[in-house]
Amino acid sequence: MKKWLKVAAVVILIFVHFGGLIFMVPRREIVNETIRAVYFHVPMWFGMVYLFSASVYYSIRYLKKPSPDLDRKSVEYANIGLMFGILGILTGMIWAYYAWGDFWHGDPKQNGAAITLLVYLAYFVLRGSVDNEEQRARLSAVYNIFAFAAMVPLIFIIPRITDSLHPGNGGNPGFNQYDLDNRMRPIFYLSNIGWILIGVWLVSLRLRLNVLTEKINEIEDEKN
Amino acid sequence: MKIVLLLFQKELKLELRRRSVISGISLYVFSLVFICYITFSLRNNTISEATWSALFWLAILFSVINSVAKSFIGERKGLFIYYYSIASAQAIIFSKILYNTLLCFALSAVGYFLFSIFIDNPVQDQPLFWSILFLTSWGFSASLSLISGIAAKANNSNILMAVLSFPVLIALLLLAIKATKNVLDGLDRSTSTDELWNILAINCILTALAYLLFRYIWRS
Repeated sequence: MKKWLKVAAVVILIFVHFGGLIFMVPRREIVNETIRAVYFHVPMWFGMVYLFSASVYYSIRYLKKPSPDLDRKSVEYANIGLMFGILGILTGMIWAYYAWGDFWHGDPKQNGAAITLLVYLAYFVLRGSVDNEEQRARLSAVYNIFAFAAMVPLIFIIPRITDSLHPGNGGNPGFNQYDLDNRMRPIFYLSNIGWILIGVWLVSLRLRLNVLTEKINEIEDEKN
Repeated sequence: MKIVLLLFQKELKLELRRRSVISGISLYVFSLVFICYITFSLRNNTISEATWSALFWLAILFSVINSVAKSFIGERKGLFIYYYSIASAQAIIFSKILYNTLLCFALSAVGYFLFSIFIDNPVQDQPLFWSILFLTSWGFSASLSLISGIAAKANNSNILMAVLSFPVLIALLLLAIKATKNVLDGLDRSTSTDELWNILAINCILTALAYLLFRYIWRS
């Protein structure tokens, strides 16, 4: 990853954190000041969807032309995506406590998010239970693609056809229409970009770590 | 296409020959329904439509996962190699999906029959209900056939089968429960068409993906 991108990510996120807490936000009923969660909670989901899509992209490329490098990329993208998902659920729960009065409300969106995490936990369980490396890569790539396709209706269709209290569903104020006015938009978009950059940075760090650990292992093997 | 049909016939014949498997599965469904009947003490109580549809689909889900799981998990290594030499991966997955759809549909029919004896039969619009049963059986079998192929290659495949398939099936299951509840409430058909179209769309996606992806797990 380019150095200026890393610097940009840090600068953007510092700006987002200050701006997100200090700048004026529109007054809405019920949500009030908690609307600031848009800057911190929603980018987690954008980041997660981006990272999982990248993971699926590398899985598809792996199936077309197998190489351990692509497999590693797809795993690490899924790993960091899972972290973003967990953070997204936690920030959402904090918001839900103040807006809905309960950490876990059983809202379709919350349930969908929890199931999304289940999919990727299952993905890691699958990886853990295959010994042969090449087979592990192939099976998990297949499951990654399949589960991602099965997950899409869960996140994007079902919450829209069932009643949900989540902003943006069933007539509740959402972050896309009138709610996100011009004062909020720049910070919101910047926050998304910043978090996605951080995610990609984390992935690249973990990839380098993996490569180095493998090298160390090889050297130690040679010694013995 | 011919090979698909041949493989399909082979599955069916094998299944009919092994009586123990069929009786095992039907006993499984029966026990599930009976446990529901006893635990809810339904002699004195009645359950609401929502509970009926949730219970029904849970019973179907568990029996279907258990019966479809064996489509690849139970088979021996040598058989795989034999299949590999006579048929393409596409033909095999198609025949499995076809056969498993039939199996799931039969299981749901049996489940429905048992439910209506023991618990209740609140279904009013029969054709709609059967079409929901058919569509979900198809979706279940498309995803479970592929996942059973994956799980067969890994260790402790029986646990893995459940872990891998639940998150994938949940979208279908929720849609099916919702559509069933609409039927039980006696709502007009037009209210359920959305769900049916969604299930159909998910089925098509899952089948196409199973078709595309199966050759990669098959190759090893």
